Amino acid sequence: MGVDLIFKIAAIGILVAVLNQLLIRSGREEQAMMTTLAGLIVVLLIVVQQIATLFETVKAIFHLD
Amino acid sequence: MQIVQIAAIGIIATIVIMVLKSQKPELAVQISIVTGVVIFMLIAAKLSAVIDLLESFAARAEIKPVFFTTILKITGIAYIAEFAGEVCRDAGENSIASKIELAGKVTIVILAVPIITSLLDLVIRIMP
Repeated sequence: MGVDLIFKIAAIGILVAVLNQLLIRSGREEQAMMTTLAGLIVVLLIVVQQIATLFETVKAIFHLD
Repeated sequence: MQIVQIAAIGIIATIVIMVLKSQKPELAVQISIVTGVVIFMLIAAKLSAVIDLLESFAARAEIKPVFFTTILKITGIAYIAEFAGEVCRDAGENSIASKIELAGKVTIVILAVPIITSLLDLVIRIMP
């Protein structure tokens, strides 16, 4: 939790971008797309957990049941 | 100084998003979501203390607890709707953002029905 989460997602994004470029340059468009998709899904899993914690916290603070 | 920390997180996240937006716009949106969540989590404990204070004031002023709870609920719904709407608007989906905000407004009106009813009752009682 905290700023390291932002850096984690940024690192995944940069890594995926670099891998994407490399795979496209070597002529493997399908694998490049798969890499993009995998990165997106990994980040989405992290983000969904965070959104769930956010909504639970908001619910707890504002007595929303 | 927590405000410095929050400002630093915001600026760093903005720079990271600027770097990433040209390559992967979909991950940039997710970073902005996570930044919003992280900043809220940092102030959540203090926000909860502020709300406890307000609750104790409301109890001391003998306001009916149902009114105060309703106001808190309305604030929470407004925050969630605003958060989701801003995320959609940042990603360029203005129409979805306005629909989320419409849903939030409708929910707020439904929650406010007891308050409006008691206000109307009061008005009717005052006017003979």
